[in-house]
Amino acid sequence: MSILIDRQTRALVQGITGGEGRFHTERMLQDGTNIVAGVTPGKAGESVEGVPVFDTVADAVAATGANASILFVPPPFAADAICEAAEAGIELVVCLTEGIPVHDMLPVRRYVDLAGARLLGPNTPGLISPGKSKLGVMAGYIHTPGPIGIISRSGTLTYEVVHQLTALGIGQSTCVGIGGDPIVGLTFADLLPMFEADPETEGIILIGEIGGSAEEEAAALIEREISKPVVAFIAGRTAPPGRRMGHAGAIITGGAGTAAAKIAALTAAGVTVAPSPAEIGSAMAERLNS
Amino acid sequence: MKIHEFQAKEIFAAYGIPVAPARAVASVDEAAAAAAEIGTPVVVKAQIHAGGRGKGGGIVLAHDLDGVREAADRLLGHPLVTPQTGPEGRTVRTLLVEQASDIASEYYLAITIDRARRTAVVIGSQAGGVDIEETAARDPDAILKEWVEPAIGLRPFQAHRLVRKLGLPASAVRPATKLVLSLYKLFCAEDCSLAEINPLAITDDEQLVSIDAKLNLDDSGLFRHPKAQALRDLTEEDPLEVEATAANLNYIKLDGNVGCLVNGAGLAMATMDLIDHVGARPANFLDVGGGATAEMIEKGFRILVGDPDVEAVFINIFGGILRCDILAEGVVAAAKAVDVRCPIIVRLEGTNVDAGRGILANSGLSFQTATDLREAAQLVGAVAKGGAS
Repeated sequence: MSILIDRQTRALVQGITGGEGRFHTERMLQDGTNIVAGVTPGKAGESVEGVPVFDTVADAVAATGANASILFVPPPFAADAICEAAEAGIELVVCLTEGIPVHDMLPVRRYVDLAGARLLGPNTPGLISPGKSKLGVMAGYIHTPGPIGIISRSGTLTYEVVHQLTALGIGQSTCVGIGGDPIVGLTFADLLPMFEADPETEGIILIGEIGGSAEEEAAALIEREISKPVVAFIAGRTAPPGRRMGHAGAIITGGAGTAAAKIAALTAAGVTVAPSPAEIGSAMAERLNS
Repeated sequence: MKIHEFQAKEIFAAYGIPVAPARAVASVDEAAAAAAEIGTPVVVKAQIHAGGRGKGGGIVLAHDLDGVREAADRLLGHPLVTPQTGPEGRTVRTLLVEQASDIASEYYLAITIDRARRTAVVIGSQAGGVDIEETAARDPDAILKEWVEPAIGLRPFQAHRLVRKLGLPASAVRPATKLVLSLYKLFCAEDCSLAEINPLAITDDEQLVSIDAKLNLDDSGLFRHPKAQALRDLTEEDPLEVEATAANLNYIKLDGNVGCLVNGAGLAMATMDLIDHVGARPANFLDVGGGATAEMIEKGFRILVGDPDVEAVFINIFGGILRCDILAEGVVAAAKAVDVRCPIIVRLEGTNVDAGRGILANSGLSFQTATDLREAAQLVGAVAKGGAS
């Protein structure tokens, strides 16, 4: 088992004929993803790595039964591409694009809910269920199938944690990047219950960062609903207020969104918060053994 | 992106939001000429990207032209220290000379993004002219909020409700409602992350006027606002940060002694935390991004060692798209070119890691290398302790 994606997932790549789309389609196929279609307006009839290309998402869904989509679409057009996927009945839309204006995301986020779709991102490296399927750009080879679910606001920090786990002989059920933007789709609070319900997942690692209140909401939910061990790390303890730390969402504003507040909320909810990024994997190993 | 008050007020005027007659000036003579044209009394306001200007003496009421000259001469070209600038202050290069208003009462009005609710939110308070965060902490009920449904935007009844609750005089209710709706229109159309009027004043003759104006623009929206890009004031930014931005690097100067170069924003923040955890202090945030070239790495490295506060450099790379061999080439090229004297700790992992480590080992330079983050932390800790003794 895993969450959100597995071998049955029928994937679609929006923007498949672009440089990024082509490159990562090849890599996702290597990591076992069942890619059934690609979409680029005006490129119907072409193929990329043997994957047929369609003009619209609706055409691709009608012809192939695609049920999940990953977007390699530049910022000015990404919000529209998310809507097109949601409208066509795609169940999971993964948007990697960094730099979508927040004013575009506000109505789009609302529309995705209305259409009954799930959105991951934007500004995410995607997700991977090791050995089964990958809708993302993370290096597949560092992952191993296993019992730990990971939810993260960061990309390379997640690779670091996966690497620590793999070195300890602990694999992953699904690793999900929720994205570094202020307005994103699926959050910690949406994903935690999915891991709780997944029989393969035995422990959950939550990688948060400064800004917003997603970690505080996760803490409240963990206290109420999560019985599996949870280990967390919050990046940005040393970040100054008022400065955007790379991710558009990683900013302490008006005294809110500090690492200290997030760590306090998670600790109070029974979560083991790793004191250093070098000790996230070992903290989970200890929780599993206790 | 932050812009100045005078720039924000020009945008306000374009949206019909009331501002007092004013002119932005850069010299004492210009200030006096502007005051003569507007008519005294005027307020002379230092234009810097930081709040608390009043407390720092950056806002001066001048009753005559001599007073204007005196204020302009005292402010222009000098650093202004406010509670938000840090002890070194910010150099004042521009002044706003504005007609003084007879203020009867002051209010707070702002629009921003509520991330938890995923909507825009209009915030109002009767406590205008003071720090809204202080008001929120002391008396949360004094903060009025109207959340905006993204599908239909801010509705007139909501703006009216907010204005009624603020307790404005009856004659001001209708224009204030219109003002709130205009501010929301501006907030959306100009891709703002914050639009704030603090204070919004009612004058003795019951007219509305925006005494201050603050607009923060969403960096991600700038591509569709070519005019807004020209509003960026590079003199307000740290020169090292400007240099980094030009090279497509994400750099923020901090006040520590260990410089760090990392790929990915989350890992970069975590690396800063790690440096702090072992008893040193991070000198910067530097995310070279996923697709960095050897040239970008070299540039980033040069910026790090160009910071006089840096006593050691910690390079922490988890290569994915960014290959370790590319990283190593960039670091070696930069280290050879700039004659680095401080210790360099390198932790490489990920794509082409063996090739990367080989390049470092065969470079003839003395790097301290670590294979995992724990070992790297120990090396950074040892260097920090050595520096302190």
